[in-house]
Amino acid sequence: MDRDDVIEYSLEAHHSEEKGKKIRKKIYFVTVLLSVITAVEVALGALIKQGTDLWPVVKVSFIVMTLVKAGYIVWVFMHLGDEKLELRRLILFPYMLFALYLMYILLFEGLQVHHTWMK
Amino acid sequence: MAGHASLNIDTTPSWNGQVSPFKTSYGKMMMWFFLVSDALTFSGLLIAYGFIRHAYTGQWPIGEEVFQSLPFLGHGYPLIYVAIMTFLLIISSVTMVLAVEAGHRMDRKGVTKWMLWTIVGGFFFLGSQAWEWSHFIHGSELGRVQLADGSLAYVHGHGPEIKDLQILQSGSKYKEGTHVHHHALHYYNDAIEAGKLTAAGTITLPDGAVAKVNYAKEAHIDELYIRQAGGKYKLGQKIEGKEAHELYMSAATSGQAERIVYGANMQRNEYGPKQYAQFFFFITGFHGFHVFSGVVINIIIFLGVLRGVYHKRGHYEMVEKTGLYWHFVDLVWVFVFTFFYLV
Repeated sequence: MDRDDVIEYSLEAHHSEEKGKKIRKKIYFVTVLLSVITAVEVALGALIKQGTDLWPVVKVSFIVMTLVKAGYIVWVFMHLGDEKLELRRLILFPYMLFALYLMYILLFEGLQVHHTWMK
Repeated sequence: MAGHASLNIDTTPSWNGQVSPFKTSYGKMMMWFFLVSDALTFSGLLIAYGFIRHAYTGQWPIGEEVFQSLPFLGHGYPLIYVAIMTFLLIISSVTMVLAVEAGHRMDRKGVTKWMLWTIVGGFFFLGSQAWEWSHFIHGSELGRVQLADGSLAYVHGHGPEIKDLQILQSGSKYKEGTHVHHHALHYYNDAIEAGKLTAAGTITLPDGAVAKVNYAKEAHIDELYIRQAGGKYKLGQKIEGKEAHELYMSAATSGQAERIVYGANMQRNEYGPKQYAQFFFFITGFHGFHVFSGVVINIIIFLGVLRGVYHKRGHYEMVEKTGLYWHFVDLVWVFVFTFFYLV
């Protein structure tokens, strides 16, 4: 099974007890952060009703909080932050390209269809 | 074990084999590629949901109003249950990342412990989702009602308790003079949905029998909350007391089908337009299937950990790879939580 022509990158991921402690500290920090953000989201949703003046602000803040949560999950839990810059770009850029384009279609076409159906 | 020479990667051999230009193993990179494509699938689903919601001209259901029940505690807890589900998934993500961290220290005991907790968390999430689906499908006790002016209203109050159904006229299954106890409420609700409850308090059963409904306790309507305006009632208006009761009962005995709708299926639901329930089933179902397969993969890897396969191999990268998938499931849920339930 062993091949000597391939570099075993998995071995480089090993770390010491000391470094592990530091990593675990970061993991616990992210845990608390994610839980607190979720609690804030639920509280905001319960306090401020849809259709009120403040709702648009709440809506945008929901999206921002979601992106913060997603960022921490991808960067720390999936440790994309520790990967090589090229790999990070390889993963994020194609996805962002399609996602942003689809979101543009959603908003632009969705509203057009809405206006057509209203007539 | 494979030899690894120097960490400084020379650019010359980078693109002709042997060395990965991304400094990562083949398996891990392929897992990332798979996750990107899976992320696009989920984006497509959520964006399709957003598109329909944007284009829809009526009142779209509000998450806080639809999902506000807790097991054993009843109504009035907007999104608390979904928040608990989110928390469960976050915690099982944390135990997973702790398993990966333990793997990097070759701590076999640690990996075993944390992977086991991750699997337990996954089962808890699946159980919660089963409860949520069941609750969504069965709906509220009184359903939603379409009033005479065409407006749609959520109904707050208590549903009836039925003693039995007394058969007045035989059908192909139930004979005259008998009393039906089994599934009585189910028959009653179905009859109301089909417009087969009369003002005299009789219903028609699926086999054609006509039965008188004997109540142990009659329905009590506290309030109608207008969710979609009609000719007379405005959005958000509340109708209380006797008027609410009469409006509801007149809809129930109107003889028209679907004036009152209970729960949800692919054709209709009590919460809003039919696309709402369709997207609910598809998006949370697709995510739930990912959680299920994630649990299965976690169990397979867990068995590998128990057998010491990865310890012998010298690294726990398999745990890391299944971890990536598991975190991705959590990541998707974060977005589903915001765009399906919150916004």
